[in-house]
Amino acid sequence: MIQYATENAWLIPVLPTSAFVLIGLLFFRSKTLSAAISITAIGAALLQSLLILFAVLIKPEVQEFTVTWFKISGFHVEMGFLIDPIAAMMLVVVTLVALMVQVYSLGYMHGDPGFSSYYAYHSLFAASMLGLVLANNFVQLYIFWELVGLCSYLLIGFWFQKPTAVDAAKKAFITNRIGDFGLLLGILLIQIIFGTLNFQKLQGIIGSEYIAATSLTLLVLLVFAGPVGKSAQFPLHVWLPDAMEGPTPVSALIHAATMVAAGVYLVARAFFLFAASPQALLIVAYLGGFTALFAASIAIVQNDIKRILAFSTLSQLGYMMMALGIGSVTAGMFHLMTHAFFKALLFLGAGSVIHALHEEQDIWKMGKLSKSMPITTATFLIGSLALSGIFPLAGFWSKDEILNATISNGYTGLFILGVFVAFLTSFYMFRLIFVAFYGPSQQHHHTPHESPLVMTIPLIILAALSVAAGWVGIPWLSVNFATYVHYGAVHHGVNTWVMLLSTIVALAGIWTAHMIYRKNVVAPAELVQRYSTIHRILTNKYYIDEIYNWAAARILDASARVLYWVDIKIVDGIVNGLGAGARWSGFFLRLIETGQTQHYAMAMIVGVVLIALMFSLLDAGLSLNSWLGGGSLTWFYR
Amino acid sequence: MLDGLTIADIVFWILASLILVAGTSVVMARNLVHAALFMVLTFFGISGIYVLLEADFIAVVQILIYVGAIAVLIMFGVMLTQREDMGETNAYSAHGRSAAIVVGTFLLVIIIALSATKWLIHPQAALPETVGPIADLMLTTFVIPFEAVAILLTVAVLGAIILSKGARRTP
Amino acid sequence: MILHVSLNHYLILAAILFCIGLYGAVAKQNAISILMGIELMLNAVNINLIAFNRFMQPAILVGHVFSIFVIALAAAEVAIGLALVLSVYRDRRTVNIEDFNWLKW
Repeated sequence: MIQYATENAWLIPVLPTSAFVLIGLLFFRSKTLSAAISITAIGAALLQSLLILFAVLIKPEVQEFTVTWFKISGFHVEMGFLIDPIAAMMLVVVTLVALMVQVYSLGYMHGDPGFSSYYAYHSLFAASMLGLVLANNFVQLYIFWELVGLCSYLLIGFWFQKPTAVDAAKKAFITNRIGDFGLLLGILLIQIIFGTLNFQKLQGIIGSEYIAATSLTLLVLLVFAGPVGKSAQFPLHVWLPDAMEGPTPVSALIHAATMVAAGVYLVARAFFLFAASPQALLIVAYLGGFTALFAASIAIVQNDIKRILAFSTLSQLGYMMMALGIGSVTAGMFHLMTHAFFKALLFLGAGSVIHALHEEQDIWKMGKLSKSMPITTATFLIGSLALSGIFPLAGFWSKDEILNATISNGYTGLFILGVFVAFLTSFYMFRLIFVAFYGPSQQHHHTPHESPLVMTIPLIILAALSVAAGWVGIPWLSVNFATYVHYGAVHHGVNTWVMLLSTIVALAGIWTAHMIYRKNVVAPAELVQRYSTIHRILTNKYYIDEIYNWAAARILDASARVLYWVDIKIVDGIVNGLGAGARWSGFFLRLIETGQTQHYAMAMIVGVVLIALMFSLLDAGLSLNSWLGGGSLTWFYR
Repeated sequence: MLDGLTIADIVFWILASLILVAGTSVVMARNLVHAALFMVLTFFGISGIYVLLEADFIAVVQILIYVGAIAVLIMFGVMLTQREDMGETNAYSAHGRSAAIVVGTFLLVIIIALSATKWLIHPQAALPETVGPIADLMLTTFVIPFEAVAILLTVAVLGAIILSKGARRTP
Repeated sequence: MILHVSLNHYLILAAILFCIGLYGAVAKQNAISILMGIELMLNAVNINLIAFNRFMQPAILVGHVFSIFVIALAAAEVAIGLALVLSVYRDRRTVNIEDFNWLKW
């Protein structure tokens, strides 16, 4: 059974694809049937993924199954799947979170006119993400990468009557495209230089092929451009906050747990490439760290519940990239796994709140939700504690793994940055909780009530995972996460000082939020007043969007001007010039027609004389040549 | 240098000079009628050349047709197209000088080419009587061109008539 | 040996006559003079043909036959040419070829 599951892993993406096709072509009218098909497909995929996980746990070796798609000389394209611990883990994470989100959507999207197409898109997305995870070569990965971007566009712009949603979808797709362009260039370069795009084969030959260090760094950075776009690192992060225009379950699935993790997954998959270029890894690490700090600083002043979570996602993605950049695939993937669970939980909880308050998203307009929505509050609290990294929840172990790796690999600067960001993380999360769940009630119209079971059960399940999922990485165990997911040598480091420091810092963040927002030691309004400039910059996200808009407008304007000039001067010039040239040459050629017969006769005679001269010179040359002794004038006879 | 000189050679030189002088005069005479008369003289000279070349039939045909028909025709043309006095009627056209240069070059090229070629001279003597063989050839190998020329002459006559009659003037 | 007549002499004679006729055809104003020049050219060709026949293939008289055709054609051509000149003269009262420039641009 397990063997069957492993060998037929291609079924995993195919099941949701067939769901998509069935819903799209046949069962569009029936809402219940569409949802049922979609959930069944993803459930089956989850079962198979669990079987594969068991297989990998028993035998943690890499298995690969390939089929050649087409072959042009020198270019071999194949389709296949690669199963190793990282892939197995991702499969389970993706299918599990997708299942939770799809069940939750039964309640959240109830009554929406686009119910069927919503589930169709969800199936398509699940299929693309799973195909990406299983890809064994760059081409397949790129195909599914693009598909995932497409699904993101479709789902962000799901409520297409809202112009803001449409703009956000476009922005997401275009920003992703910029990153994907770099990735494509990188893939092409890899094919040209190394001749193969298969991950296993590349891993083997990466050392032997001669390539200059700078060229290799450039290549790796080009490949990294894809994750920068997809995982929303600075400077291509601008699409993620706007992507919150989509339905909240979509945000939970795509923009917290899975799609944005695809970038991190790519770096882990192609880590042999990154390991070959230490400069690129350095850039990855510092970019990740910068993104983490950048996003966290913006999150502390946001007022929209989904925006806070979005910037939190950005910040945690930065953490993951930083972990990979300093060389620890273990830490990066571990945090990816735990983050998927508790961030999905947080988003779904936020969705529950939004749904209950009839689409209200401003945290200052919520309040006293702890009384009216106990399950939501409890699960949200668990998620926040996990995110802040409190012992013994999942986030504690993964964040700790990262900080441990930072300090033991000697990146003290990044370590300090990581600790500070941990402080900010717990601060903004508990600011959110104290204002939205425990503050004075702003809801004067009607009291909200708890969400239906179909929405709360996924919350509970995810909360349980947020607590327990981290335990696979407990460093005191002899066989844990690191045994299976690693690059290079396995190392089990335990650093109790780091654990202590991170816990203190997280608790400090919670305490600060408590002081400001609960006990009102310092009124929040007064803080805004005192640090008004900084507050303004942070609220406007450092004005990055405005800068991009301005730059894009300028570039477009300038290029339009240039092209206009080219069109008027060069293209029109050529066309008009051809016409004018024809007229001009006609004006001069007509002078040949003098009407004088003798002129014509003379022209013919001159022609004959010239031909006679030519032939006679040729002959004269030849005879002169032979008289001189041969050889010198034969060029004339060409 | 003067040994081996036969009567034929001397006759050739005389006839050649006659032809060339008369030909030049055709072109250079100022009076058109004089030019036509010099042309007749040229034709006679050429007929003599033909006799030297033992082409008896052609010599006679030359006189019959060229002098008898063509020269007369030309004279008719001259007479019919002149109105005032006959003095300056054979003028040069505008670009006479450049024409001379081109024609001179042409002549030079031809003469040089001629002299450089090695002709394959056949030593056999000429036929005593040429009319018979010409007739044989004309009516066997070259019968089609023969008939074609007949048609061409008919067409020429018709054409000349139509052209000289002029367009039909409708009332 | 230059004085002893051979094929080359006849050929050069014909060449010079041809060039005289050519000059007459392109450098004279009167249309009739041009026709006379053309006649000279045709005669030169005839001399060439007969000379070649006599010196290179005396047994078969192809050159003579060709020459007869040339004479016939010359006659036809003079007839037509004069008819043309006369018809133009009737209309325009001139035979100066420089005045026949109605096909000018």
